[in-house]
Amino acid sequence: MSMSPHNDESGKKLGMWLFLYTEIILFGGLFVLYAVYLVVHPQDFIEGGKQLDRIFGLVNTVILLISSFAVAASITAVQKGQKGIALAAIGSAVGCGLIFLVNKYFEWGHKFEIGIYPNSERLLDGPVGQNVFFGLYYVVTGLHGIHIIIGMIVLIVAMAFVQAGKITPTRFALLENAGLYWHLVDLIWIFIFPLFYLII
Amino acid sequence: MEAVKSFFETPAPSRFTGIWAWLLTTDHKRIGLMYMFAILFWFCLAILLGGLIRLELMFPGENVLTAELYNSVFTLHGVIMIFLFIIPALPAIFGNFFLPIQIGTDDVFFPKLNLLSWYLYMLGGVVAIAALFSDGFPDTGWTFYVPFSVSTQTNVSTAVFAAFILGFASMLTGLNFITTIHRMRSPKMGWMQIPLFTWSLYATSWVQLLATPVVTITLVLVVVERYLNIGLFDPAKGGDPILYQHLFWMYSHPAVYIMILPGMGVISEIIPVFARKSIFGYKAIVVSSMAIAVAGSLVWAHHMYTSGMSDTAVFVFSLLTFVVAIPSAIKVFSWVSTLYKGAIQMTPPLFLSLCFIYLFSVGGLTGLVLGAAGTDVHVHDTHFVVSHFHFTMFGGTGFAFFAALHYWWPKMFGRMYDFKKAYIASILVTGGFMFHYVPMFIVGLQGMPRRYYDYLPQYAQGNFLAGFGALLMIVGIALMFVNLAVTFRQERNAPADPWGGVTLEWKTASPPTLHNFDHEPAVPDYPYDFTEVVAARAGKTKQNA
Repeated sequence: MSMSPHNDESGKKLGMWLFLYTEIILFGGLFVLYAVYLVVHPQDFIEGGKQLDRIFGLVNTVILLISSFAVAASITAVQKGQKGIALAAIGSAVGCGLIFLVNKYFEWGHKFEIGIYPNSERLLDGPVGQNVFFGLYYVVTGLHGIHIIIGMIVLIVAMAFVQAGKITPTRFALLENAGLYWHLVDLIWIFIFPLFYLII
Repeated sequence: MEAVKSFFETPAPSRFTGIWAWLLTTDHKRIGLMYMFAILFWFCLAILLGGLIRLELMFPGENVLTAELYNSVFTLHGVIMIFLFIIPALPAIFGNFFLPIQIGTDDVFFPKLNLLSWYLYMLGGVVAIAALFSDGFPDTGWTFYVPFSVSTQTNVSTAVFAAFILGFASMLTGLNFITTIHRMRSPKMGWMQIPLFTWSLYATSWVQLLATPVVTITLVLVVVERYLNIGLFDPAKGGDPILYQHLFWMYSHPAVYIMILPGMGVISEIIPVFARKSIFGYKAIVVSSMAIAVAGSLVWAHHMYTSGMSDTAVFVFSLLTFVVAIPSAIKVFSWVSTLYKGAIQMTPPLFLSLCFIYLFSVGGLTGLVLGAAGTDVHVHDTHFVVSHFHFTMFGGTGFAFFAALHYWWPKMFGRMYDFKKAYIASILVTGGFMFHYVPMFIVGLQGMPRRYYDYLPQYAQGNFLAGFGALLMIVGIALMFVNLAVTFRQERNAPADPWGGVTLEWKTASPPTLHNFDHEPAVPDYPYDFTEVVAARAGKTKQNA
């Protein structure tokens, strides 16, 4: 038998899907906490949600949707052999991720200014339910932010591969997997946004 | 004799030599062996720690350990045994080595990821040691329960981080195995022709993917709480400590099946080979593996009957716990039925498998005592529990590990060991095991709590016997390992198929060649058809006569 490097694109994607599945479970644990505490402190969660800036949340949602479109476009471009467009598309997706993080920075910064941060006096003196709400808010959006950063790194690696010509119209599983990861990070935000910002 | 070079002589990738041929290899067999040496190191260390615990408990009062040190030692024993030995032992060593061979292929699907998993495993071990030498190893027990794990001064964060890394390694191995089984199986091998060890790894891998991320996020939350003090599990701040326990056991109970399922797979391989008889209920064993994977994920809260859950929840989880006993029992019945009217050939692996069946059955049945809510309240957190899970984890997985070592040793290294010493060692370990854990059942029922360095005078006799048993076990295990290790001094003398096995690993040389097979192996219609083996051996006896 030969040990020639196998080129099984769907196998690679299967591996990626399994990995994405573990990511869903990872955030799933936090969503379980959210669900339980929502039942325990419903009124405090609604009050907490009102204090989050919906405009910020909405803008970030739109930014991530645009970035997901860009990633999808880059795959089509690679399939058609249009390297320049592919690079530009991935680059703009990475740029969107950066804008998202900058927004997040200002949003968190504002919350810190008015005294809403983990273990702050304002939260400790206020209703306990709001402490849990904002505690979860920081943990969930923080973990999501880390995933945005990882996603950007993965996309940049994919970009380098496209640039080096290692991703071709027939072999693009790496880019597709990077894209899948980015879509997942986007999708998780689609759940975070209503759970924290739009709760009524 | 050796026309074809084995994988020991042919590094992959071939440009590396010496130590690099091991450290940078992508060959699943070499990675499996690298796991073996690392895992055996941790196993021996944890055995010695366990011996230290027993020495402290052998006589009343403070003997060799202070109370604080005792807490750290039992935590360290638990963390090493679970995260560094039991979870990876069978999948990472024997799974890596034999899964690709059993399905007739040349490697796992992601060879580089496989190597990365090994490095993550090693890193996890190093981080665990780092925790030991910084602010003292945690004294929380391996469960890291809040609020103690958040408030204790010992170095919980580093130890938890080690568990996090090890979880990642185990997850990636699972991912690799599932993809390998789906995509690289010999095209001639259908799902119902896959050997049972590989099937059990398939079920295990799903549990690893399903459950590990939950403990990952739970451990992350412990670290977050230690640094940021959010209070997600602190009732004074609106949190609920019981939720931590739920999240923890949502992983850690399924993890119990990560530990035992591959062991069951090993036994399902060994029993038919030495009974010279097709395995009884192949499909039932396959289905029960998957059933354990599913049902085992739904019973986590049976660790928490006394934590203050609602009675309804206790009832539901108790019922589900009884349900999960069914597929395990199906396996035990199938193994025993396979032996019935078989042409049994006694060998060390079979002997150890028989010990497994006995010890695991005791462990399983005492599990029902704990699964029933009424009796559990009585024995919760006593030595009865300690004894129960050692019967399943050590008597089960540990003995399956020993059996696998003896079954596949000639295949992995091409060297046969001395049977007589192997038998003596096995008897010592099993006898010591009974001396060790049966008294624990009794003192547990009498009410001796776990996790204390001292006890009331009425428990002295039981603890003394247990300490004596521990000594026998340690001697037995040492003899067993030495007996295997001395084979390295001898020539490679094992034939390709020393046992008369019929799965694909016995169709290749001992040790296997780099690509496992010289030519495409013929996949049998049914993986446990021994008619040819029986006929060939009968022919040989006739010739001899």
